[in-house]
Amino acid sequence: MDWLTDNWLSILRGFGETLKLLGLSGAIALVLGTLVALARVSPVPILRGVAIGFVTIFRNTPLLVLILITYYGLPEVGIDFGFFINISLAMGFYTASFVTEAIRSGFNGVPLGQAEAARAIGMPFTQSMSQVVLPQAFRLVVPPLASVFIALTKNTSLAATFGVAEATYRMRGLFNDYASQMIFIFLGIALGYILIVAVISWIATAFERRFAVNAR
Amino acid sequence: MVSMRGVQKWFGRLHVLQDIDFDVASGEVVVVIGPSGSGKSTLCRTINRLETIDEGTIEIDGKILPEEGKALAGLRADVGMVFQSFNLFAHKTVLENVTLGPIKVRGQKKSDAEQRAHELLERVGVANQASKLPAQLSGGQQQRVAIARALAMEPKVMLFDEPTSALDPEMIKEVLDTMVDLAERGMTMIVVTHEMGFARTAANRVVFMSDGRIVEENAPEEFFTDPKSDRAKDFLGKILKH
Ligand SMILES: Nc1ncnc2c1ncn2[C@@H]1O[C@H](COP(=O)(O)OP(=O)(O)OP(=O)(O)O)[C@@H](O)[C@H]1O
Ligand SMILES: [Mg+2]
Repeated sequence: MDWLTDNWLSILRGFGETLKLLGLSGAIALVLGTLVALARVSPVPILRGVAIGFVTIFRNTPLLVLILITYYGLPEVGIDFGFFINISLAMGFYTASFVTEAIRSGFNGVPLGQAEAARAIGMPFTQSMSQVVLPQAFRLVVPPLASVFIALTKNTSLAATFGVAEATYRMRGLFNDYASQMIFIFLGIALGYILIVAVISWIATAFERRFAVNAR
Repeated sequence: MVSMRGVQKWFGRLHVLQDIDFDVASGEVVVVIGPSGSGKSTLCRTINRLETIDEGTIEIDGKILPEEGKALAGLRADVGMVFQSFNLFAHKTVLENVTLGPIKVRGQKKSDAEQRAHELLERVGVANQASKLPAQLSGGQQQRVAIARALAMEPKVMLFDEPTSALDPEMIKEVLDTMVDLAERGMTMIVVTHEMGFARTAANRVVFMSDGRIVEENAPEEFFTDPKSDRAKDFLGKILKH
């Protein structure tokens, strides 16, 4: 167990980097994905087209390719926020396309009759959205959104390849130094990821409960 | 109260409403009947502009139906609509379903809206369900709540699109009774239904539609006993056999 007692601080720092990647790219994904989802369901054809294009490009390109583009490509054309942010951009845009699809499926899960009934009692579009459609869509969006963030958590490990000293990077370092204890190191690091995912699931469940209670 | 002139509507190539001229006087109860796909729902939905029309005009209480925006929302508030599938707001209680419109659209005080809602729920016979969610109610109860929700807006006219056809037989009567009561109180009503009993007791007029046209209009008794057009004869022959 000396791998752990001697290195716990550096392992914690590694998970700190993992959480920073998750936080930054998650925030980018949530904001961007929501905007694109609104464009996707808007009545304006151009906006819908742009949103479809965005999702098609970023959902269908392998994440590794996107990171290569932002890591090597963007600095070439003068867009360089530092490697950490550039990598987060790739993860954020990639994940945003999944956020868009999760939110859109939430909208689609609310029966059309709900919005029609709202309009039929004289609610303008914005009010029928805020009073009737969004509160119901939100509850439907939470579970798929949690899956998206769980996937992102695991995807942050790709950053190890590019020298971000996050959890997986530290794990590889430990493998070299403590070759005989590989299996324990592996299990220990996996446990860290599992904890992060468990917290995301817990937050999602709490959200769902809260909104279920509000519905009464 | 409602006046449609030369209304045409297409769904792509399908000419769903053809040369519709249709008037409903204040306090009148009109039943719309006709085969599936003849355009009855579409007719109903154009009256509060849930469907747009391609040609012609629709007036409600002397006002041309506005295109979009605030004016349209204002007009819709005056036209109650009851759907085949109830469409109660699934995340709101029965009471909130009835008060949402008056509070958000009419700007009433919550306490006033709730008091009025309780009266209406009493009237349609579901007062003891006020704090439940729609999913906890039977279909017949849900539809009566939907009627109360529409009534809470104090509409000038009410549209019903097959309000009982999603209901089990034993629940149809309770909803029809509520509607007959409304008719007796002088509400202007346009009702798409195949319930001949309702047409005979409550309607002033039956309008028969087929293939997007109004083929025949008459008082209920005359229409059912002595239809003039072949299509109406054919249709009545079919539904009477069941
Ligand atoms: N949104 C739509 N897009 C395309 N076609 C439609 C749409 N809504 C209805 N239609 C078609 O228009 C025609 C008339 O439909 P409508 O629902 O008004 O008939 P209906 O008389 O109410 O029939 P039912 O008794 O089955 O309810 C049908 O052929 C239907 O398939
Ligand atoms: Mg219909």
